[in-house]
Amino acid sequence: MTLKNSLKTAITGLRVNKMRSALTMLGIIIGVASIIAVLSIGRGAQNLILDQVSGLGAKTIIIRPGREPKGPSDFSQLLSDSLKERDVKALEKKSNVPGIADLTPVLTTAESVNSQGETYGATILGASDLLSKILEIWPKKGRFFNNEEIKQRASLAVIGSEVKNELFGNSEALGKKIKIKSRNFKVIGVLPQKGQLSMFNIDDTVIIPYTTCQKYLLNINYYHLILVQAKSEEAVPEVEKDIKLTLRELHKIENTSKDDFRILTQTEIAQRVKTVTGILTWLLMVVAAISLVVGGIGVMNIMLVSVTERTREIGLRKAVGATNKDILMQFLLESVILTLFGGIGGIIFGVLLSFGATFSLSKIVSLGWNFTFPITGALLGLGVSACIGLVFGLYPASQASKKSPIEALRYE
Amino acid sequence: MALIEVKNLEKIYFDGGVETPALRGVSFSISEGEFVAVTGPSGSGKSSLLHILGFLDRPTKGEYRFGGKTIDELSDIDLAKTRNKKFGFVFQNFNLLPRTNVLENVKLPLLYSELKEKVQEELAKKAIEAVGISHRISHLPSQLSGGERQRVAIARAIVQNPKIIFADEPTGNLDSKSGEKIMKIFQELNKIGHTILLVTHETYTAQYAQRILKMKDGKIANDVKVTNQRLVEKDGFIK
Repeated sequence: MTLKNSLKTAITGLRVNKMRSALTMLGIIIGVASIIAVLSIGRGAQNLILDQVSGLGAKTIIIRPGREPKGPSDFSQLLSDSLKERDVKALEKKSNVPGIADLTPVLTTAESVNSQGETYGATILGASDLLSKILEIWPKKGRFFNNEEIKQRASLAVIGSEVKNELFGNSEALGKKIKIKSRNFKVIGVLPQKGQLSMFNIDDTVIIPYTTCQKYLLNINYYHLILVQAKSEEAVPEVEKDIKLTLRELHKIENTSKDDFRILTQTEIAQRVKTVTGILTWLLMVVAAISLVVGGIGVMNIMLVSVTERTREIGLRKAVGATNKDILMQFLLESVILTLFGGIGGIIFGVLLSFGATFSLSKIVSLGWNFTFPITGALLGLGVSACIGLVFGLYPASQASKKSPIEALRYE
Repeated sequence: MALIEVKNLEKIYFDGGVETPALRGVSFSISEGEFVAVTGPSGSGKSSLLHILGFLDRPTKGEYRFGGKTIDELSDIDLAKTRNKKFGFVFQNFNLLPRTNVLENVKLPLLYSELKEKVQEELAKKAIEAVGISHRISHLPSQLSGGERQRVAIARAIVQNPKIIFADEPTGNLDSKSGEKIMKIFQELNKIGHTILLVTHETYTAQYAQRILKMKDGKIANDVKVTNQRLVEKDGFIK
């Protein structure tokens, strides 16, 4: 029998039982659709996070206290207090790290901010005036605090656009008092709308001098992180190396595995994001793969039923000249066509699903979450579904081909 | 030369360790162009004989030569090819594919040949015309009467112009009038040169043949020439 005839026969066989064929396909459709959706949404999420990370700028380096957590029990290290004033002083010395353009210590905390009866839960950032240079945020009204005011631990605040709207609405904010932890701060600057910048959402932030934050809000003598700007992107590796050497010398660390600080560059953050979303994607893929296997078992089940039901047909075909191979091909093709069409349906369904998810998510979180057509996923889904048809169709097909023509013809 | 030659043919079925002999040494030969009826009560082994002669089953013992070749020399693929090109089968319960029209049913054996699609179409139409059901060509089996269904089955059997037609109780599921029409078709097919082996338990139906092999307990009890063959006039079924 020619392949063309085998195909025709197989398609006819499937069309005779439309409902059953469709239901059998459903298992494969769902499996492939979930693979597509997982791949596509995963990729979208990754791109979204990477976009935000790159908002920080390629020249920026973050120094965090504590050593790299080695496991879940290691989290206490995250709260380490190893970065203090002397570290900032040492890093500021050109002889130690010549490649640094600017740096600022940073403290973060969440507090409610009050003004004239209005309250807003804001992120408080304690930093130096250089933060505005590093993050490239300039007040649209007013100014940033200066070095002198930092030394004096002045109670001054620069507020984000969202904080301004919530507390003052359309009225003037400059010169007004806001209250954070029962301490009055004078608003000296309002920032333009900026959105998410790396880990900070600038719009709902109140920026105050780090000295003030340390003493009056947190009552600590260390920093949460140090933000460093290198002179150029090319200088980043060199700066990273110099920072490590400086801090190790200062902290008297001889063994690098005992480092009490961590350095994050944009490349490293991107790498981490990719690793995390990659692991998540793989986990979800495994779940999707399991559903595909279940779908495959469904195909095998239905093919076995079909073979039993068509015992007479098999006998007749053999009587009029079909070889075992012809029968094997017929039933194998039926299951492969079934799963292949299931795969195509799954791709269409999965693309629609992920497109819908991307669209509604970007509406809900109002972020530029872009839909990417998962070509790899589509090809993978198609290949996998065809393979499933082959693997799970082989047993029923071989059962069919082994039937003896007289037994088959006698079957009632 | 004999078309079919069997010597001491034996067939034993093994069912759960129990041996059931169906044929206990059968010998005869059939020449090309003969119309032979095999009769006998149920359990006499006539169906087993037909299955072996039709290459649907292999004998347990003995020799079967078809066209000079013994069945032992042929592989399963050779058997399938022979069934396809040289044999035609007609069954009691028609065995047409449901939900498949007359033309496609008749074409079925051709799907397993190497003939071109155009030739297949021509041959199928010719066979359908020969049994007089051209007007039903795109009907489904469920839309046909029993007699018409059996005629479709005959068209399917003769579509490749086989050397021999095996008919297993072809009138068993038909009323006497339709049955008679079917037997007429067989006689006319025989007249134009087809060898026919008919299995039936009705003596009346066997009378259409030229020779009757009576079977009993897995053996041939009687091999007679029919002297008063029930003849039918040529009435245009076969062209």
